[in-house]
Amino acid sequence: MEKVLLKNTDNPDSADISEYRKAGGYRSLAKAVQMEPRDIVEEVKKSGIRGRGGAGFPTAMKWNFAMADPKFPKYLICNADEGEPGTFKDRPILEKNPHLLIEGMVISGYALGAEYGYIYLRGEYPAAKDILEAAIEQAYREKFLGDDILGKGIRFRLSVHQGAGAYICGEETALIESIEGRKGQPRTKPPFPVNVGAWSMPTIVNNVETLANIPYIVEIGGEAYSAIGSSDCPGPKLYCVSGFVEKPGVYELPMGTSLRDIIYKHAGGIKNNGKLKAVIPGGISTPVLPADGIDCAMDFVAMPKAGSMLGSGAVIVMDESVCMVRVTYRAMKFFEHESCGKCTPCREGTDWLRKILERIEHGKGREGDIELLSDVAGVMSGRTFCPLGDGAAGVVTGMIRHFRNEFEEHIRDKQCKFRN
Amino acid sequence: MFNDTVLKEIEGIKAKYPDRRSALLPSLYIAQREFGWLSQEAMTCVARSLNLPEAVVRGTASFYSMYKHRPAGRHVIQLCTNISCMILGAERLVDFLETRYGVPANGTSGDGRFSLVIMECIGACGTAPAMLVNTDFYDNLSEKRIEEILENYK
Ligand SMILES: Cc1cc2nc3c(=O)[nH]c(=O)nc-3n(C[C@H](O)[C@H](O)[C@H](O)COP(=O)(O)O)c2cc1C
Ligand code: SF4
Repeated sequence: MEKVLLKNTDNPDSADISEYRKAGGYRSLAKAVQMEPRDIVEEVKKSGIRGRGGAGFPTAMKWNFAMADPKFPKYLICNADEGEPGTFKDRPILEKNPHLLIEGMVISGYALGAEYGYIYLRGEYPAAKDILEAAIEQAYREKFLGDDILGKGIRFRLSVHQGAGAYICGEETALIESIEGRKGQPRTKPPFPVNVGAWSMPTIVNNVETLANIPYIVEIGGEAYSAIGSSDCPGPKLYCVSGFVEKPGVYELPMGTSLRDIIYKHAGGIKNNGKLKAVIPGGISTPVLPADGIDCAMDFVAMPKAGSMLGSGAVIVMDESVCMVRVTYRAMKFFEHESCGKCTPCREGTDWLRKILERIEHGKGREGDIELLSDVAGVMSGRTFCPLGDGAAGVVTGMIRHFRNEFEEHIRDKQCKFRN
Repeated sequence: MFNDTVLKEIEGIKAKYPDRRSALLPSLYIAQREFGWLSQEAMTCVARSLNLPEAVVRGTASFYSMYKHRPAGRHVIQLCTNISCMILGAERLVDFLETRYGVPANGTSGDGRFSLVIMECIGACGTAPAMLVNTDFYDNLSEKRIEEILENYK
C-alpha cells in the first residue's frame, strides 16, 4: 500500500514546507478551495472514515452535526494529546509531517465553516511544539493559512495550545475545559461540543490521524478511499507496536489488518524468539487478549467482537517473562493518578483497585481478593462519568478473565515468581 | 512583576484566544520558565497579567502535573515507567538513578543537580525505555547510556 500518513517521512527534511510541496503537498487544498464546502463533506461521508482518536465515531456525522448548528464562530480543535499509554502514532505526523496535518485542518476548517483552529498538543512533546510552530509560520507565509488563503478570501487561523500533563485532557470535553484555562474535568453531555464547545460555540474535535487523512480523501475521492481496508471502517491506519517484538515502531497498514500479521509479519515477531503471552491491542485502556486471541481484524467493528477494542491502535506485546499482575498494578497506578476526581466510582474505585493489586503483587494478597477486585470493577463499570473509569474497570476484568491463575498463584505463594 | 518582554509575550498569547483566561496554561509555562518553578510570586505575576483571581490561577495549576510547585534541580529528568517502558526495564533505571546520582523518584538529588519525575507515557513506546532531560529527548535507555547522557548535564 502506498503511504499516505507517513509519506515522505524518511526524508530528513520532511517537515519543511518546500519538501512537502515537492512531494505533492497542499495540492489537495488547492483542489478543495475550488469545491463547495458541502461537497467536501459529502466526499468525507462517502469515504466512510471513522475518527482515529479511539472511539471510532464517523467523522462526517460529527461534521454534519456541527454544520447544522447556526452559531458562529465555529472552532476546529485537533486532539494531539496522545496520552493513552502505548500510543505513539500521532507523533510521527506531528514531528515529521506537520504540513499534512495543517493541510488537513485548513481543508476541514473550510468545509466546516470554522475559521479558527487549535492544536491541543500534549506537554510531553516539546520537540513537536517547535516543529509545528515553525511549520505554521511557513504556512502563513505561503498563504495556506491566514485571512486570504490562496487568494480566495478564505480565513483559517491556527495555533498550538500546549497541555500540561493530564491524560484526561485527551477526552474532548476535558480538553475544551483545559483550552479555556480550567482544570481538565469532563463536562456533562449533552450538550455535545458540536453545539456547545469551546467558548460555548460549536466545536469540532478530531484526532491528529483523522485530520491527516482528509487531504488524501479530497485527492482520490471518498469512493476510492472507501475501498482501502475494512469495508465498514476503511482507510489507512497507523498501528504502533511496542514491547517484546523484534521491530517495534509505527506501521501504516490498511485498516483491519490482522493483529497476528501486525505482530508477526510487520513487527518481526516476538523478540529473541520468545513465546507470546498476551497482547494489549489498543492502548492500556483496552482489555488484554491472550496469545491465542490474536486472529482478529484490527478495526473498530471486529475488535469488540474479539473481546477488546481498537482504541488508539497501540499494540503492547508481552512475552512469557512478563508478570500480568504487575502489568495490571502498573496500569491501575496510572488510572488512579490520572482520575480527575470528578466522580466517586472512578476516584475511589481506582484507588481501591490499585491498593488490592499492590498487595497481591507484593505477596500480601488475601483469600477473596480476586472476587473483591471483580466486585469493585463491577460497581465502577457503567457508572463512571466518562470512559476513563470504565476503561480502568475493564482492564482488571479482562486480566482476571484470561490470567486468573497468575493472580491465584501470587496469593497462594505469597510472592511474585517473576521478580528476580 | 514580569518584565516588559514577558508581558508582551503574554499579550501575544492572549490575542490567540477569544478570552483572557484561555491564556492561563501558556502563561503558567512562561512563569515557570522565568522563575524556574511556580512560586507564590510567579503565580501572582500570572494572576495580575491576566487579571484573574490568584485562587483561580493556583487551583488550575495544581491540576496539571507538568507545573512545578517546588524548586527543582538544575536538570529535570522525566522518566517514563508506564507498561511499555516498565516491561523493558524502566523500574531498574529508577533504582539506578537513585543509587548512582542520589536522586529519588519524584525528588531532587542532595547536590541539586537532578530532579527525577516519574512520567506516565511520553510516547516513545517503540524505543522504550525513554526519558526527557529538560526538553531533550532520549530513548533506548540502559544504565550505561544514561551515564553517558547525563555527563552532558552538569
Ligand atoms: C480518557 C480519555 C482519553 C482520551 N484521549 C485521547 C487522545 O489522547 N487523543 C485523541 O485523539 N482522543 C482521545 N480521546 C477521545 C476523544 O474524547 C475524542 O473522541 C476524539 O478526540 C475525537 O476525535 P476523532 O473523532 O477524530 O476520533 C480520549 C477519550 C477519553 C475518554
Ligand atoms: S470517570 Fe474518572 S476521569 Fe472520568 S469524570 Fe469520573 S473521575 Fe473524572
